[in-house]
Amino acid sequence: MTAVTLARATDAKQLPQGEPLPPPILAGGRAAPDAALVELDVTGLCKAYHGGPAVLDGVSLQVPRGQSVALIGSNGAGKSTLLRCCLRLIEPSGGEVTLLGEKVRALDKARLRRLRAEIGFVFQRHNLVGQLSVLSNVIHGAQSRQAGPGAWFHFLASRAAREEAMHCLERVGLAEFALRRADQLSGGQSQRVAIARTLMQRPRMMFADEPVASLDPNAGEEVMNLFAELIREKGLTLVFTSHHINHALRYADRVVALRNGRIELDVATAGVDAAALRGIYD
Amino acid sequence: MTETAFSGASAGLPTRPAPARFRRPGNGMSLLYLGAAAFFVYSLHGSEISVESLVNGLPNMARLIGEMFPPSIARLQSVGSAMLQTFQMAFAGTVIGVLLSVPLAICAARSLSPHPVLYHISRALIALFRTVPDLVWALFFVVTVGLGPFAGMLTLVVDAIGFCGRFFAEAMEETDKGPQEALTALGARRSGVVFSAVLPAAMPSMINSSLFTLEKATRASVVLGLVGAGGIGIELKVAMDLFQYDQAATIILGVFLLVLVVERLSSMLRQRILRQSV
Repeated sequence: MTAVTLARATDAKQLPQGEPLPPPILAGGRAAPDAALVELDVTGLCKAYHGGPAVLDGVSLQVPRGQSVALIGSNGAGKSTLLRCCLRLIEPSGGEVTLLGEKVRALDKARLRRLRAEIGFVFQRHNLVGQLSVLSNVIHGAQSRQAGPGAWFHFLASRAAREEAMHCLERVGLAEFALRRADQLSGGQSQRVAIARTLMQRPRMMFADEPVASLDPNAGEEVMNLFAELIREKGLTLVFTSHHINHALRYADRVVALRNGRIELDVATAGVDAAALRGIYD
Repeated sequence: MTETAFSGASAGLPTRPAPARFRRPGNGMSLLYLGAAAFFVYSLHGSEISVESLVNGLPNMARLIGEMFPPSIARLQSVGSAMLQTFQMAFAGTVIGVLLSVPLAICAARSLSPHPVLYHISRALIALFRTVPDLVWALFFVVTVGLGPFAGMLTLVVDAIGFCGRFFAEAMEETDKGPQEALTALGARRSGVVFSAVLPAAMPSMINSSLFTLEKATRASVVLGLVGAGGIGIELKVAMDLFQYDQAATIILGVFLLVLVVERLSSMLRQRILRQSV
């Protein structure tokens, strides 16, 4: 079963097939998405702020385990809102989200926290605590499974937590920066620390909201390659938003394009023409 | 190419004229400015400003200053001991006040308060502590716990809570919401978000407020002695009442040095702390 056939949006269009691209980076070296195990199921999701126009207008989407999905679309198309609604960082106005088998809108606070703990979320602005050390920021990832001061600052953390955090930092190549203040890092380094924080979380699935939008092209490539490598290594499901068509085609198995809060098209990346995808920004 | 584009733009006239440098205030604002100016003139009248009194007072000022010098060192030991007690009141009052301000400020920060009722109670408490002058609190504590430095310290605790509670809450509310969202997204509890993201981000501002409170408390603790709440103030009052202006000069110089040292030390400490990370 291809990713395209999984799309449920009735108004999603098929793109004309252009010159075939090489297979996405993430597809190589890992098992094909398991369509029987849908990890994210969004049905008729709606969101409007304070009675304003709909930011999301009946979005429906299924993401099977192991798939990598790129959400593209112009500013204000609803990409970030969609990701945030899936974790109820923003409360949806209507529709249903089932994430890792849990109906998100029905969860109480404690169960919602436990569900969020399973999802790594990488933000555009990295969202590190600048006044704290890099190591403390990575240890924050342990708050997904541990309450209390042991996961607040590195000097209060257990030896095991500190060692795991150092391992995560080594994995993103920043172990030597462990005690540096997070606000003294470059943009690319900050984003790698944010990725290390999600590794510390031991997630089952990853969301990323324009993870390289604030980075220069080289740093952006580095971060995306690292991110893709980690996702492939852990066999995680990934949903990310991006304005980079090339990133969508290189790092995703499937591209979902949003326009005015609706899914405009939903296609597998294999064989899709980049120029045709750019049409979504017209 | 860019140069051509710029030079082309600068050569031609813009299609829209540049906006005026200043906006003419509306009728309402003009009336408000006029009213403020009129009230200022009225306030000068209410303050009974008199150039004649000022000129006539100049010789008295010169005489008083003349009598103050040279400062007397006759009671240096008791003045030094009262000075130490003044600083002890200020330091203890500030530390206890700052520590109590943290939980109160969390409750008084709209985005962090556990419950709206708690938010309003905390805000009201902080407003009460801040708006009632410290001399009134000193009188209250002198009457309730008796004369002495303990009443002064309690006054400074209340003063510190009123000041720090408000500024801590505002610093917490103004912190970047990004890290808080990141921690919420990874399943952190509210306490985790507050201690891991909000407090570290608000810390530079909180340290500034705390050190400023210490400076303020040091100055205030001098005055508190005037109403019997301990410290150097009572020594100053006695010296002035007995026309021992040379001894009063010693006390004033001591207070000046104490406040100066506290300000310099707190400034150095501030720079050092703000550069560190945890």
